Amino acid sequence: MQFEFSDEQQELRDSVRRFFERECPVTAVRAVIDAGTGYDPALWRKVGDGAFLATAIPEEYGGIGAGYLELCVVAEECGRVLAPLPTLSAIYQVAEYLMIAGSEAQKRRWLPRIAAAEAIGALALNEGVGEMRADRVAARVSGGRLIGEKLPVADGMAADFAIVAARDEAETLGFYLVELDAPGVAREAVETLDPSRGHARIVFSGAEAEPLGKGDRGWTLVEEIRDRAAVPAAFEQVGGADRALADARDYALGRYAFGRPIASFQAIKHMLADVYVANELARSNAYYGAWALSAGSDKLSLAAASARVAATAAFQRASASNIQVHGGMGFTWEYDCHLYYRRSAYLALALGGPSLWEDRLIEFRRAAAA
Amino acid sequence: MNFDDTPEEAVFRAKARQWIADNAPHELDAELRASTEGKLRLTSVDPLVAARDWQRRKSEAGWATPHWPVEYGGGGLNSIQRVIWSEEEGLYAKLSQHFLIGVGMCGPTMMAWASEGQKRERLPKLSSGEEIWCQLFSEPAAGSDLAGIRTRAVRDGDDWVINGQKIWTSYAREARWGLLITRTDPTVAKHSGLTMFFLDMRSPGVEVRPIRQMNNEASFNEVFFTDVRIPDAQRLGAPGQGWEVALTTLMNERATLAGRVDTGFDELLDFCERLETGSNRRAIDDARVRSRLAQFAIRDSGLRFTAFRSISALSRGAQPGPENSIGKLVSAVVEQDMAQFALDLEGEAGLLADPALASDRGRFQSILLRSPSMRIAGGSDEILRNIIAERVLGLPADIRADKDVAFEDIPTAATAQRG
Ligand SMILES: Cc1cc2nc3c(=O)[nH]c(=O)nc-3n(C[C@H](O)[C@H](O)[C@H](O)COP(=O)(O)OP(=O)(O)OC[C@H]3O[C@@H](n4cnc5c(N)ncnc54)[C@H](O)[C@@H]3O)c2cc1C
Repeated sequence: MQFEFSDEQQELRDSVRRFFERECPVTAVRAVIDAGTGYDPALWRKVGDGAFLATAIPEEYGGIGAGYLELCVVAEECGRVLAPLPTLSAIYQVAEYLMIAGSEAQKRRWLPRIAAAEAIGALALNEGVGEMRADRVAARVSGGRLIGEKLPVADGMAADFAIVAARDEAETLGFYLVELDAPGVAREAVETLDPSRGHARIVFSGAEAEPLGKGDRGWTLVEEIRDRAAVPAAFEQVGGADRALADARDYALGRYAFGRPIASFQAIKHMLADVYVANELARSNAYYGAWALSAGSDKLSLAAASARVAATAAFQRASASNIQVHGGMGFTWEYDCHLYYRRSAYLALALGGPSLWEDRLIEFRRAAAA
Repeated sequence: MNFDDTPEEAVFRAKARQWIADNAPHELDAELRASTEGKLRLTSVDPLVAARDWQRRKSEAGWATPHWPVEYGGGGLNSIQRVIWSEEEGLYAKLSQHFLIGVGMCGPTMMAWASEGQKRERLPKLSSGEEIWCQLFSEPAAGSDLAGIRTRAVRDGDDWVINGQKIWTSYAREARWGLLITRTDPTVAKHSGLTMFFLDMRSPGVEVRPIRQMNNEASFNEVFFTDVRIPDAQRLGAPGQGWEVALTTLMNERATLAGRVDTGFDELLDFCERLETGSNRRAIDDARVRSRLAQFAIRDSGLRFTAFRSISALSRGAQPGPENSIGKLVSAVVEQDMAQFALDLEGEAGLLADPALASDRGRFQSILLRSPSMRIAGGSDEILRNIIAERVLGLPADIRADKDVAFEDIPTAATAQRG
C-alpha cells in the first residue's frame, strides 16, 4: 500500500505547475472570457506540444501511455490555474469513448490528433433542462443522417467533431461520430456561468453520422465513462479549491481592519480552517479515485462518486468563502474570486450535478457493504 | 499510489487475520457489535476484565503496540503493517478504550523523555494492559489554556511535593500511573514555569473522585493531591521544560485521535437499509436520506484516506504534524450529526433511550449523549481550528492578554471580580 503519488509523479506535478504558471496566468483566462472564444487555442497547442494531457492515451495512438495517475496530476494543475482548455470534453470523456468503444479506424483517426491537440472532440448528450437520462434522448439517426438539437455542449464551438447520443430507426440508443464542419450542422455559442469553458447549442439537420465502434453500446457507456471522467474532474476541483484557499489566505493577511490583519480574526481563521479541512478530505477521496481508475479496480464507481461529491462540495465552499473573505472586492469583476466561483459551478454541473452523484455514491456504498 | 496490498502485505494480512480468528474473544461478537465506539455494552463479562484479557493476549503475540520497538513491548511493525493490523482487528479494537491514553499519549511521551531503565520497566506493562495510564493535565482553571495549570510542585530533597487538583481525568480510577504536569515556578511567564512527572497513582495523598457525566456515566474524575511525594527520578525533562514535554503528548494525542476514524457510518447506512418508512419502503429509498448519507460518506472515507496519507508520510519519517487535527475535528461533529439524523428518522420514538425499547438498542441515543464530549476532549473544535489556521495555513496567532506576563500576574475571573 502507498497512499501518495510517487516521486516521479511529484516531479511531473512541479514541472506542469511551472508550465501553467508561465503559460496560463489569470490574464490568459480573462482574455478567453473577453474574446468569447471559449478556450485558449494557443495554450491548447502548447499543451499538445508537451503532450501533458495525453498521458493516458496509449503510445500506439499518439499518446504517452503513462497512465491515469499522471493525468490526475496534470488535471489538478489545470484546475489550479483555471486552464481554459477542453479537458472534460476532449480528454476525460471523448478520448475515453474512443478508447473504450471506438473502432480501430476511429481510434487511429482521432486519438493521435487529440493527443497532439490538433483536434477537439465534444460530447453531445444533453437536450435541454433536466437531469441527463437515456429516456430524454430524442435526437435521431436514420440512413446515416442525424437530426436533433443538443444543448448545452461543452466546447461545442471549438470542437472538430462530436460524439452524439441518438436513437436509430428501431428506437435503440447509440453513439455517433459527427464532424462538425460538415453540412447539416449549425452551432452557436451560448452564454453560461463559466465563459472560460465555452458551450454551444448544436442543431443537426441531416448531418452525416457514423456509429461509434460497432454501434452496440447503450446508456451504460455514459455511466462507465462518467465514472472515469469524474476522477480527473475531481482533481481539477481540488486544484481550484486549493488555489481559492490560497488567494483567500493571502488577501486576509494583507487586508487590515480594526488595526489588525483580518486574518487574525477567529471568524476568518475558522472559516479558512474549515475550507482547508474540506479540501483535504476531497483530496484524500480523489487520491483513492485516482488509484481505482489507474489500477482498473472494481471499486472505481464508488471511488469516483466519493471523489466527485467531496470535490464538488470543497470547491463550492472554497470559492464562496474566498469571495466572503474579500468583502466588497470579492464581488467585483476586477478581482478573480468570481472566476473560481464560476468554475466551481461549471465543474459541479458538468458530468451530472451533485445530487446525481450523491445518489450514485450511496448506491455503490450499499453494494460495497452488502 | 496503491490502495491494495502488495504480495508481502497480503501475506502479513493473512497472518494477522488468522491470529485474530484463533485468538479473539468471539463469544463477545454480538455484544461488541451493539457497542458504540465510545461505550462498551458488555453484560456477560466485566468490560475491564475483557479489555485486559484481549490486550494481554495481543501483547503476548506482539500485537498490542505493534509499532513499538520490541524491547518496550512492541512488535516492531512498520506503519503500513500497523494499518493492516488495525483494519483486521476491527470489532475487537473497541476493547482498547482503557489503553488508548497510555498507548497513544503517555507511552510515546515516556519513550521520548524517560530514562532507558524507566522505559524498559514501565512500557511493557503499559503495552500489555497490566498497568493503565492516565493523563493528569486539565484543571478547573486550565483546559484549552493548558499552560495555565496551577498544581504546584516544590522541590524537597530528592523528592518533589505536589499540591493541587486535576479534573476531567479519564480512567483515573483504573490507572496505576499518571502523566502529571505541574507548575514549579509561578514567577516566570506561564509556559516557562512548568515541569512534567510520571506519578504512581497509589502514592499517599492522591485522591480520585468520579464525576457524573451528562450521559450518566463516570469515566472521568477529579484528582486531588495533598503533599504527594514524587521522586525526582520520575521527572520528565528539565524543571521548566514541562511545556515541551506536554507538546510531545499533545502531538501524539492528535495522531492517536486522528488514527481512530471509525465514524460509525456503516452502522448508520445499515440502519437506513432496515428502517421501514412505509409499506415496502425503507429510509434508504428516500432521495433526501441518500443525499444526507452521501455527505456523511465523503467525510467517512475522506477521514480514512487522510489517515492513510499521514501514515504514508510517517513511514517516510515525518513527525505527526498539525494536519492531524482534521481527524478528530471532523469525526466528532459527524458523529453528532449522524446521531441527530438517525433519531430524526425514528420519529417520536427517537426519544426512547431504554435499550430494551429503542431501535438498535439505543445506539444513536447513546451517541447523541456522548458526542458533545468528543468535540471538547483532546482539543475543542475551536482550538483545533486555531491550530489548523495558525500552524497549517500560517495565519496570525490570536491576540493574547497573557503574553510576557509572569504567571502570577495573569488576569483571571477572580481578579476581574475584584476589579
Ligand atoms: C470526556 C472528556 C474526557 C477528558 N479526559 C481528559 C483526560 O483524561 N485528561 C485531561 O487532562 N483532560 C481531559 N479532558 C479535558 C479536556 O482536555 C478539556 O475539557 C478541554 O481541553 C477543554 O477545556 P475546558 O473544559 O477547560 O474548556 P474551556 O477551555 O473553558 O473552553 C470552553 C469553550 O471555550 C472555547 N475556547 C477556549 N479557548 C478558546 C480560544 N482560544 N479560541 C476560541 N475558543 C476558545 C472552547 O473551544 C470551548 O468551546 C477531558 C474532557 C472530556 C470532555
